[in-house]
Amino acid sequence: MTATTTAGPLSSAAHAEHVARLTPVLTAHDVSIEYEVDPPVRAVQGVSLTLHRGEILGLAGESGCGKSTLAYGLNRLLKDPAVLRSGEVTFHDADGTDTDVVALDGDALRAFRWDKVSMVFQGAMNSLNPVLSVRAQLEDVLTTHRPGLSRTERGERCAELLEMVGVDPVRLDSFAHELSGGMRQRVMIAMAMALEPQVMIMDEPTTALDVVVQRDILREIMRLRERFDFAVVFITHDLPLLLEIADRIAVMRSGEIVELDTAEQLYAAAQHEYTQTLLSSFPSLLGDFSYDDGEGAGR
Amino acid sequence: MSTLEVRNLVKEFKVRDGLRRSTLRAVNDVSFTLSAGRTVAVVGESGSGKSTVARMIAQLETPTSGEILLDDAAIGRRGRALADYRHQVQMVFQDPFASLNPYHSVEHHLARPLKLHGVARGKDVLPAVYGLLERVNLTPAPVFAEKRPHEMSGGQRQRIAIARALAPGARFLVADEPVSMLDVSIRLGVLNLLARLQREENLGVLYITHDLATARHFSDEIVVMYRGDVVEQGPSDEVILDPQHDYTKTLLAAAPEPSRHGRLRDEVRAELAAG
Repeated sequence: MTATTTAGPLSSAAHAEHVARLTPVLTAHDVSIEYEVDPPVRAVQGVSLTLHRGEILGLAGESGCGKSTLAYGLNRLLKDPAVLRSGEVTFHDADGTDTDVVALDGDALRAFRWDKVSMVFQGAMNSLNPVLSVRAQLEDVLTTHRPGLSRTERGERCAELLEMVGVDPVRLDSFAHELSGGMRQRVMIAMAMALEPQVMIMDEPTTALDVVVQRDILREIMRLRERFDFAVVFITHDLPLLLEIADRIAVMRSGEIVELDTAEQLYAAAQHEYTQTLLSSFPSLLGDFSYDDGEGAGR
Repeated sequence: MSTLEVRNLVKEFKVRDGLRRSTLRAVNDVSFTLSAGRTVAVVGESGSGKSTVARMIAQLETPTSGEILLDDAAIGRRGRALADYRHQVQMVFQDPFASLNPYHSVEHHLARPLKLHGVARGKDVLPAVYGLLERVNLTPAPVFAEKRPHEMSGGQRQRIAIARALAPGARFLVADEPVSMLDVSIRLGVLNLLARLQREENLGVLYITHDLATARHFSDEIVVMYRGDVVEQGPSDEVILDPQHDYTKTLLAAAPEPSRHGRLRDEVRAELAAG
């Protein structure tokens, strides 16, 4: 551990300048999440993070670093034994009102989720319900959150959503097993877009997909982001991928954010030792690579 | 020099869909030669047939047609000849969380192949186990020998799987996605280990992967597969830096590259601006 534990994540001056121009949409302050098992696991420790309107914030880290737990915490999706021990999460709505996400309860929480902050879950292949058609699953979101819509309007909206993510609307009557992995993930994204949320949290959305399909999906996400201007928290262990799509990247280890910077700065001048380790773990495809013969036997 | 060669390898699977029966040609006419002291990478996406090639070489699948030759002789498929083949060709599986038995200690995992393949017996077994652990850099060996799989990290488990493959005295290793299940920061360590074994012990390594960057840097030759066919093969740098086939080009363009940060974002913006 370096001395950053108390000082917060390392960042550059360029980063401070970059964020000064942006308006926040979701702020987390000093969030700690614990798994109440024996002994308790402090999965997220005093994390503060600001997500700005329309930006893609990458959350990078290896398995067990707390990145998914943090994302679930931001969306109030934690379930036992995970508990939000302390901290504040505030959502700054486009209409100017601020919502204390931690205090939300019951109907207010239900209305908030998906409408303001939606999520694309890990495991594209298995997140859809296998016994319901795509239409039923998309309509479910609308009947719950937009009860005013007529049946025809709902149907139209569903078709429109699929078109938006590049899937032929005839697929509305398909079931998950009839779709390819890439199509399933597109449907998941359509579902997350259904209510035009201001924030989308994407947890390893492309990990299970082949690189070519992965690239198509990423392109789709970027296109939709440009069009609808939602902010994205993009969680993955794939740092090269984040460097290509993210505006800013937070590097997490052992429940803490050790470095937070713009993608450009992070690539050019990573300050934290762990970020440097992560970066050097991905040999460049086209560049040179030197064997250092570091076999990392202890790990 | 010893070689492992596959010639015109074909594998068809029978598929049943309700009452319809058809065959799926998973591997279509694949040929390449793996020599001692060299690494050949087979790259491709899921469903390209690369794992099926690995499994045929490890004799976990029988080819529909085609030949596998070890030192220019057709390989034996049963009895003594099969056992002989297995002394020399071993496999490292993708998932070290599944390929090691949680009930058994590391010592058991390594002692068994040593005894079964007649490499060591009696009081020679334990020193041989320690020797294997040292070869894969798990020291102090007596400490690791006592551990069970759950007491080790993914990288350490994969080292055990490699040691186990070396135990029979294998000259060729077939490594099917050996690092894709591991945390990113320990992947290179395991690949460096394989590279050292290949160099120092003159091991032939078949490296099955979907990761083009490590395929390039850790192998001498690359075979690119697409839907069962080999679309391109050649020296690693040539295939990556000067790809000839469209599919290879597509794969290369899709691979994330740290030095091209912001590329996708900028491309999409440019596309949208252009309408």
